[in-house]
Amino acid sequence: MIKFVPQLINLFATLILLLSFAMIAQRRIVSLINLFMIQGAALVAASFLLGYVTHQPELYISGTLTLLLKVVFIPLMLHRLIRKLNVRWDVETLINIPTTLLVGIGLVIFSFSLALPISRLSDSLAGGALGIALACVMLSFMMMITRSKAIPQVIGFLSMENGLLFAATTVTSGMPMIVEFGIALDVLVGVLILGVFMFQIREKFDSLDIRKLETLKED
Amino acid sequence: MSALGVFSQVLALVAALLLAPLLTGWINQWRHWLQNKSAPSLLQPYMNLHKLFNKESLMAEHASPLYRFAPYVVFGCMLLASAIVPTLSTDLPLSPAADAIALVGLFALARVFISLAAMDVGTAFGTLGARREMLVGFLAEPALLMVLFCASMITGSTSLTTMVETLAHRDLAIYPSLLLAGVAFTMVSLAENARVPVDNPDTHLELTMIHEAMILEYSARHLALLEWAASLKLFAYSCIGLALFFPWGVAEANAPLALLLALPVLVFKLALGGMLMAMIETASAKMRIFRVPEFLGTAFLMAVIGLLVNVLLGGK
Repeated sequence: MIKFVPQLINLFATLILLLSFAMIAQRRIVSLINLFMIQGAALVAASFLLGYVTHQPELYISGTLTLLLKVVFIPLMLHRLIRKLNVRWDVETLINIPTTLLVGIGLVIFSFSLALPISRLSDSLAGGALGIALACVMLSFMMMITRSKAIPQVIGFLSMENGLLFAATTVTSGMPMIVEFGIALDVLVGVLILGVFMFQIREKFDSLDIRKLETLKED
Repeated sequence: MSALGVFSQVLALVAALLLAPLLTGWINQWRHWLQNKSAPSLLQPYMNLHKLFNKESLMAEHASPLYRFAPYVVFGCMLLASAIVPTLSTDLPLSPAADAIALVGLFALARVFISLAAMDVGTAFGTLGARREMLVGFLAEPALLMVLFCASMITGSTSLTTMVETLAHRDLAIYPSLLLAGVAFTMVSLAENARVPVDNPDTHLELTMIHEAMILEYSARHLALLEWAASLKLFAYSCIGLALFFPWGVAEANAPLALLLALPVLVFKLALGGMLMAMIETASAKMRIFRVPEFLGTAFLMAVIGLLVNVLLGGK
């Protein structure tokens, strides 16, 4: 059984990477939130497994925190938010999805080649997962750049945090508890504030399209 | 080249020729059952072939020799392809003739000929089908190559028989890369074999048809050969999938008795695979033709990620 655990962690790491790509390709906001939820769940599973195999109970706490926040609370809140903003069925037109995905592959190659020498040095159980975590951060970053609506950008930000957390969990076997709690609180408050922000943007500009914000500039 | 090798090669060829229409019939049957229709007999493809071979062949007035010639080339390509895929045994004398890359080349050769023949008579449907086939083909081919590269990186060889031997002998382990490659391969084989999300194999009446549009002008023995070739292609694809992702039960050199077991195992695996394919086809709706690049792009992406993950995790 214990033999399969590292492989399972790698499997979940791959799943997290794949979900990052799926989020880039996703046009509908509702499905985007669901994908984000699944990514959170994969992250939780990976950290539980890592806690089990390295006998570190802190990872269970960190995993539970992620579970409550990223799989239950934030998706619920986002769902409520899009219902209230009435953008539930919005379909966003992106710049050509296949092109974005190809750029994504480039990013993955870049981060893998960056992480490969590091993971050779590390004797950590899931050293290879660092590259995947880095790729996830890059991909989420690109998602924030290519999206024009506010909610997908927020989801991109949250998914970037998923990648960071995954890197911290796999490489250092968990950050100190106090840091972990701090980040969790940060994300929570961030999402709350961004929620209020979106209402304000909508009231001012009648749309959540970020491009409209350019009219703020004085002529 | 041992006598046993020749025997197993001949056996593999005969099995491919006989099992391929059966597989098509089996998938059709399951699809009808799942859609609450009464299913045609399992032997329906054989009956069709028999009927077509006994008819008089009619040619279009302006058909060139290429048009006459193409069905034989296509059939030959598919036959050779199913001969070099290790279906029953890995002891195949023909196998060193072509590795995984050449196999993709064989499929490409068949595609070029069938498209040329479709354009030859100059009907609108033929040209339409040929263009669509090329669109699907040029997107599916790199994805298929990436899938095969994924497996050959794990096994360290591009020869299909070596790949199957290595994969069958490894410890039971979860390869994320193989998993991704498997999903990508399923998508590619749906597209390449003119199955439902990309094309509808059932009808000659849809404006969106691809494969059927190309062979619309053929009749009698030429049509029979093309249909048999299509069955063989489906069979070859299924066997590549089984060989790469479920390689257990394939007989090896110096194990003549394993050949006895290999045939029932293959039939069982194909039956399961065919059932699964019918389920996928029933559950999904046909895509618009302009969504196909996205579908195949996803397959390519998955295969490439599989390849990259394999590099990073070192096949751990």
